[in-house]
Amino acid sequence: MKRLLVVLGAVCLIVLLLGAMHDLAPASVELHAAVAANLTASGVEHPVTAVLLNFRGYDTLLEIAVLLLALIVILAIGREEASNAEATVDVRLLVSPVLQTLAKLATPLMIMVAFYLLWAGSFRPGGAFQAGAVLAAAAVLLHLAELLPSWQSPGARLRLGLAGGFLIFLAVGAGSLMQGALLEYPLEQAGALILLIESGLTISLGLILAGLFLLLSRDDGETS
Amino acid sequence: MSLEFAFDLLLVLTMVWSAWRSLSATRLDRAIVMFIVFGLLMALAWARLSAPDIGLAEAAIGAGLTGALLLDAYGALQRREI
Repeated sequence: MKRLLVVLGAVCLIVLLLGAMHDLAPASVELHAAVAANLTASGVEHPVTAVLLNFRGYDTLLEIAVLLLALIVILAIGREEASNAEATVDVRLLVSPVLQTLAKLATPLMIMVAFYLLWAGSFRPGGAFQAGAVLAAAAVLLHLAELLPSWQSPGARLRLGLAGGFLIFLAVGAGSLMQGALLEYPLEQAGALILLIESGLTISLGLILAGLFLLLSRDDGETS
Repeated sequence: MSLEFAFDLLLVLTMVWSAWRSLSATRLDRAIVMFIVFGLLMALAWARLSAPDIGLAEAAIGAGLTGALLLDAYGALQRREI
């Protein structure tokens, strides 16, 4: 009976959604044409990157700020738990050598793919977020293969790497604010500035996304 | 019925099937694997909707990182039970 009600509700929702999709109002602002018209002024050739890093740059700035904030919260909670962590058991023997060799082989390739994605972002699908995610995936793979220990308490260099992308972005934003409007790049330097911001974002995003994993995954030895 | 339409139909049906399997699986590991499958199919769907940027992000974050995190959490649960 309960299941029938749930299925009935789902079917009703589907019908409503299909109905809403059918008579969707046309977009009031033609953003597609506006982006295409201003693409030459953005410093990059790919419209998605142009929107993310130039036309709506402050959205991306706030996104990386939110991610950094999430990591800081995890760091704050994690440190509390780490203080009463028990002695760790060696689980190195559980991981097969095949997995370790594969991880060692795959990691350089993943780093290369990440930097290709970063570079490709200026003229085709790609960009800092995807590149950062691939970097983070490489770190997670190394961690799962027991080649990279989880981060118990990040040092100064790691902290700088985590915050670096946001700080570079903020510095560019502050610099452009002094020259005129927030994140309004001068035309001739737009491409270089976007590449600088994206490089910083890639490293920081990779570290932040890996940190969400490596800071939380401190359970290796805790059997309680 | 063109080939593209057939592919899209197959994609949609497989996505619904994998989502259902992920939710209804009694074993956690199977549910996680079906979730990863769903994420990869979702990435394919984004690519079909000519949004390859979102497809890349979905494959890397949705299927890759989230899947790894879930599998790690499952492993931790297993170790705790032993």
